[in-house]
Amino acid sequence: MSHVASMHGAVEPAESPLTPESWGKLGMWIFLAGDAVGFGTLLAGYGAMRATSGDWPRPFDVLGINLTAAMTFLLICSSVTMVKALEWLGKGDRTRARVLLFLTALGGALFVSLQAYEWTHLIHRGLHINGNPWGASLFGTSFFLVTGFHGLHVTGGVIYLLAMMRVVKRRPVPAASYNAVEIAGLYWHFVDLVWIMVFTFMYLL
Amino acid sequence: MATAEHKHPNYMAIFWYLAILTVVEIAVIYMPLSKFTIGALLCALALGKAALVAMYFMHLRFEARTLGLIAVTPLVIATLLVFVLLPDGFAVVKKTVGVKAATTEPAKH
Repeated sequence: MSHVASMHGAVEPAESPLTPESWGKLGMWIFLAGDAVGFGTLLAGYGAMRATSGDWPRPFDVLGINLTAAMTFLLICSSVTMVKALEWLGKGDRTRARVLLFLTALGGALFVSLQAYEWTHLIHRGLHINGNPWGASLFGTSFFLVTGFHGLHVTGGVIYLLAMMRVVKRRPVPAASYNAVEIAGLYWHFVDLVWIMVFTFMYLL
Repeated sequence: MATAEHKHPNYMAIFWYLAILTVVEIAVIYMPLSKFTIGALLCALALGKAALVAMYFMHLRFEARTLGLIAVTPLVIATLLVFVLLPDGFAVVKKTVGVKAATTEPAKH
């Protein structure tokens, strides 16, 4: 991998601090830190509202976790296909890398579809953004806000990954797209990481 | 440069750790433990899983330490925010439900 890093170092105007391979990688990390503050704020607000509410429903009883556990597993799998895509690109196999990128995007698309199914199901059972049959109305508000914000991130990620497949296809030298795919991977793993938090705090706890 | 010799860790091992930790998380909520213990265990497991993803999938372990500080900052902010928001939440409870609810509710959690 060392030649990949040094090649990119050579084309950059100046070496970025912290991430010598590229400025883009540092940019993505800073973006993700900001995005994490967004999710952190939502989850902290959720925790504070729940702790001070007298009639917060127990999410575990109301939402059910079988489907979401499967969705969690699906996202973990898509993270694995993502790292494998990067690994194969590093070895110079663009075809394998593109197939794995596609599988990653497919996992994301499946995740959003399952979430749509889950939402429909819950809405039919009476969970709305401004009220629900089980207790505090903020329960529905926060549920749709947080899972919706995450779902949008997954949707954006799927589009991002499909764009990366195109980048890999159009650049004949595998090393030329390595950095771009690595940065896309950072975003994708972050979305997985956030779901781990959301699943624990909004479904299990 | 630490990043120049980017190692690819054993991703399948990380995958199995994550899968097993998820199963443990689900098992924990069925265990006959106190609410507080279950909550603490779930938080610890979630943080452990998040750390695995960040350290190995996002290669944070092989990056400069300062980048790790950037990554951890949001977690610190969010944790502090909970404590900043709690007094406000309890104040609203006091105003709307009365002093009785405000004094009994916190004990429940």
